[in-house]
Amino acid sequence: MSEFPDFLRFEIGIYVDNFVKWLMHNHGEFFDAISKGILWFLLNIEKFLLWLPWWLALVLIFIIGWRSKNLRNGLTFTFLIFIVGTFGLWDYMMMTLAIVLTSVFISLLLGIPMGIFMAYSSRLNIIMRPILDGMQTMPSFVYLIPALMLFDMGKVPAIFATTIYAIPPVLRLTDLGIRRVPKEMVEAAHSFGSSSWQTLTKVQLPQALPTIMTGINQTTMMALAMVVIASMIGAKGLGLEVLKAIQHIDIARGFEAGISIVFLAIIIDRVSQGIANRFKYPE
Amino acid sequence: MGIKVKVENVTKIFGRNPKSILPKIKKGTSKETILAETGHAVGVNNVSFEVNKGEIFVIMGLSGSGKSTLIRCLNLLNKPTEGKIFIDGENIIDYDNKQLKEFRQKKVAMVFQHFGLFTHRTVLNNVVYGLEIRGIPEEERYEIARKTLASVGLEGWEDKYPNQLSGGMQQRVGLARALANDPDILLMDEPFSALDPLIKREMQQELLDIQSRLKKTIIFITHDINEAFKLGERVAIMKDGIIEQIDTPDEILAAPKNEYIKNFVRDIDRSKILQAKNIMFKPSALVSIKDGLKIAIKEMEQSGISSIFVVDTDRKLLGLITIDDALKALKENHKLKDILIHDYFTTGPETYIQELIPMATESKYPIAVMDEENRLLGIIVRVSVLSNLV
Repeated sequence: MSEFPDFLRFEIGIYVDNFVKWLMHNHGEFFDAISKGILWFLLNIEKFLLWLPWWLALVLIFIIGWRSKNLRNGLTFTFLIFIVGTFGLWDYMMMTLAIVLTSVFISLLLGIPMGIFMAYSSRLNIIMRPILDGMQTMPSFVYLIPALMLFDMGKVPAIFATTIYAIPPVLRLTDLGIRRVPKEMVEAAHSFGSSSWQTLTKVQLPQALPTIMTGINQTTMMALAMVVIASMIGAKGLGLEVLKAIQHIDIARGFEAGISIVFLAIIIDRVSQGIANRFKYPE
Repeated sequence: MGIKVKVENVTKIFGRNPKSILPKIKKGTSKETILAETGHAVGVNNVSFEVNKGEIFVIMGLSGSGKSTLIRCLNLLNKPTEGKIFIDGENIIDYDNKQLKEFRQKKVAMVFQHFGLFTHRTVLNNVVYGLEIRGIPEEERYEIARKTLASVGLEGWEDKYPNQLSGGMQQRVGLARALANDPDILLMDEPFSALDPLIKREMQQELLDIQSRLKKTIIFITHDINEAFKLGERVAIMKDGIIEQIDTPDEILAAPKNEYIKNFVRDIDRSKILQAKNIMFKPSALVSIKDGLKIAIKEMEQSGISSIFVVDTDRKLLGLITIDDALKALKENHKLKDILIHDYFTTGPETYIQELIPMATESKYPIAVMDEENRLLGIIVRVSVLSNLV
């Protein structure tokens, strides 16, 4: 048997560790500030969701489902959420939802402008494309490592990892949506003397909106998938319940938490799709 | 009249470093060689022309001839690699960003082949777009837009979306959007190519109507030579980025400059291009009503014709007499005005031959071409109608 030679071992981990330490030492305030900002945002959302009386939440879900699609959807969603409540997982569901909403918010805040820049700059596009490909092919687990390194355990690294995992779709689809605006339409805008900003806001973004909405839908779904995994670094919620169930081989608890995640996923998907469809123009 | 647009030696090359290609072009290297060797595409090659105020100037060429590239130079959607473009005496290539915006907002508007309508806006909001960009107050801009839409026959369609309209109607919206800004110059990039033949003819007529009302300077691109000759007061024929000939349709028909143009002209339906005034000739013999019968007979005998038109002192057409009637009248002592006949065809100078063909085949007398005051301008005989078609 031939073993890989010992003298060829290159321990890159130490260097990365040192780099992170250096980063924390010299730019600690920067990460602290981010951390505080994210946490403040998250806690407020969480506080609101946990404050919300359960019956009011059900009414809200009904209205959202009804307005975004139809009456039947509203009733179905209300029923699904009600079931989750009967499992005794109400608060966990709200915690998960808070993290998803925060991550999606940050993803859109960064992803849409970056997508626009990508659409405008072929060079940026060439640089970003392999990075995005990498981000999407990488197992989602891997994102936990840099999140841990930079933000330690807790909710902030969970949001950080979730955001990184969830941002590619909205970024890509913003880029695609803007690039796909017919050339003549952009020329028409220019031919009337529009500035670049006017062309972007009056023609390109409205045209790209249905595509961007699809991106938002996908980003939301990926955020939900990642939040479950992010429970491994300390995000409380439905994911943590599943994790605990695995550790204790508690099938009952695992099933309840798991099916709750599925319900949540169905509702978020349908609602965001319903909203996206509203942005389509008559053909 | 006056010159509105003056294009001087404009060249447009696409690629990484367009300026580096200029010397090659000047040496006369062909487009294909340049593309193969350097990867640069030559769109327009050293083109110069002038467009008069209020004129419809047509640029005709097949796909790849550079006509669309050229028209986009005129509002700087394409910035020429070299050359000058004067509009009202100002070289627009020297404009800074602000001047360019103002120029595009006020002086020039474009109509596109595939309409270029904003599908996320209603018809009305499409037409409003240019005014919105100019910062015209909301109430005023909607009023202008409604009026413009009505003037292209789209009243009642304001709140529809472009995709709910037929192709012809969509292009009307495109036209209204361009006209709403009241530009001096209309750039039309194959505006009717995507329409079916019937609608196309209708739109061409509509454009001529609009033009007779508004007197814009129109630069019109087409690949259809029949369309070019129908609409254009002057036509420029482009090939491989070069203008081969600029002339009026008649001049091009009469004297095509080279084989390429000759081939084009062969395809043309002359009956839709040539008008009465192009084929009529000044009558070699005419009789005035006061001349009397004897002179009339003498005129006919001298010219070897069997009938002759009779006019008054203002050259107003009174009628026609035949040699047989004249001789008989002379014997029976009748007057010239007693034997005038009127069963000949008359037409205006701008009638197309197409419409003259049935007249020419039916009538045994020549066709009289008259102006609006009934003055005789010329006559057309059957032979000249038919001979001009081949």
